[in-house]
Amino acid sequence: MRYMIIVKATTDSEAGAMPEEALLAAMAGYHEELARAGALLDANGLQPSSRGWRILYRGTQRSVIDGPFAETREMIAGYTLIQVASREEALEWSRRFPNPAGAGNDTEIEVRQVFELDDFEPSGSMDRFRALDAGTR
Amino acid sequence: MAAGGDLHRTLDAVWRIESARIIGALTRLVRDVGIAEELAQDALVVALEQWPVKGVPDNPGAWLTTTARNRALDLLRHRGMQAAKADALTWEIETQMQDGAPPPPDAGFDNPLGDDVLRLIFITCHPVLSVDAQVALTLKLVAGLSTPDIARAFLVPEATLAQRIVRAKRTLTEARVPFDLPDAAELGRRLDAVLKVIYLIFNEGYAATAGEDWMRPALCEEALRLGRVLAELAPAAAEVHGLVALMEIQASRLHARTDAHGNPVLLLEQNRSRWDRLLIRRGLAALERAAALGGFGPYALQAAIAACHARAARAEDTDWARIAALYDALSQVAPSPVVELNRAVAVGMAFGPQAGLDIADALRDEPALKHYALLPAVRGELLARLGRHAEASAAFRDAAALTRNARERALMEDRTRAEGSKT
Repeated sequence: MRYMIIVKATTDSEAGAMPEEALLAAMAGYHEELARAGALLDANGLQPSSRGWRILYRGTQRSVIDGPFAETREMIAGYTLIQVASREEALEWSRRFPNPAGAGNDTEIEVRQVFELDDFEPSGSMDRFRALDAGTR
Repeated sequence: MAAGGDLHRTLDAVWRIESARIIGALTRLVRDVGIAEELAQDALVVALEQWPVKGVPDNPGAWLTTTARNRALDLLRHRGMQAAKADALTWEIETQMQDGAPPPPDAGFDNPLGDDVLRLIFITCHPVLSVDAQVALTLKLVAGLSTPDIARAFLVPEATLAQRIVRAKRTLTEARVPFDLPDAAELGRRLDAVLKVIYLIFNEGYAATAGEDWMRPALCEEALRLGRVLAELAPAAAEVHGLVALMEIQASRLHARTDAHGNPVLLLEQNRSRWDRLLIRRGLAALERAAALGGFGPYALQAAIAACHARAARAEDTDWARIAALYDALSQVAPSPVVELNRAVAVGMAFGPQAGLDIADALRDEPALKHYALLPAVRGELLARLGRHAEASAAFRDAAALTRNARERALMEDRTRAEGSKT
């Protein structure tokens, strides 16, 4: 089973500031641990919301709103995707995740289980959805 | 401790993450993998006694490691060795391993380079053991699976498997297998044995059919995990990345290879939208790493063939000429009649049925394929495409008689009739 460890945005990440050397080292060490345990599938950091945008749906209208956005805690700054054999294993790995705001600072990370293909009933739309990606690589 | 999960399950999870490292480090101290495992298990028992009373420690992995290490030092003391001497010995080995670089603090036990785990893998896949024993011991000591889980996965009674593991550990002790990395002259052969064990575990999981115990398909994930671990520990070995690439790409098709009724679906008929793009991407990346490290071995070549299918958005987009060339290369480095038959299929797709048939026909006297249903099935297909319907019908009849799979037999009988009616 797969779990996504989601790192929330902070004022620093939104400012596009590179993390401190100590935090970078802790993150690198943690992800090396994950890789050495064969549990790391994917991990990425996201650019600040000032480089992104939102699409607003209002009735049948849709409009583009450029970033940056204010509600830092509701935005994500990165994710780590892991493959484990149990929920407890995911819990154990997530407990070891370095504080992404730097040691001693308040923040939170969120962990969510990823849907597997078998969690869905077979449906034409689902297959078409997946086919979109199939032709791209 | 965070919410959810009872103590046993938490401990299981910690064990899965830490056990290989702990057992590896203990083996380095006590020089016997069986004793090392017992010591590690002792630490688990202590945890089960203490954690409910004192609470789960903040860092359960480090707690287990320290407890196990203390047990090992107790044992060494019992053997008449001073603990200080044991520490000095550990320190010495550590220093040697790191080519004279000063070991980081506390490196006496925990080895950040993971060499202990690599040594452990080489021990559990040691040639003094039978392949069955290698597989069982690797899953037990490196993957951290329980004996009942391994027994369920391999459909053998638990007592049989427990016996197998006990005997394997005894064999290693009696053979005085050293806890060393194989030297350069031996490394290739020993690594081959490790790769074979991992791929065997993968294929056992891949062969599992719908409705079987979930532990069987879970073997695919265990094998992938072991492969990914090995790729981190031995990053310079091209074939390790080749095997990882092969397993990642094959695993990407796990959800597409059976239909809603659990019947197998052939590769070319699979719904490609059900292939796992993340695993394909990882597989292609591993294949690139293998390629960058030099020549393609048998695993990397098979991965490269799997990659051709993975890259084709539709079955008709498949680059058969490239697949034929890769099978040609594979038949050079790992010649076998089955590889040759696969080459016949690829050549038939790339360069027309006659070219494929020439290769397949040359295999008709091959003793190893005497009872192999796929040979007449492939010939039947190629003959049918050439319009030689009577011969095709006869070939399909042979295939129907040879296959043990009911669904395949029905399919071959249909083709026998269909081709027969065209004559």
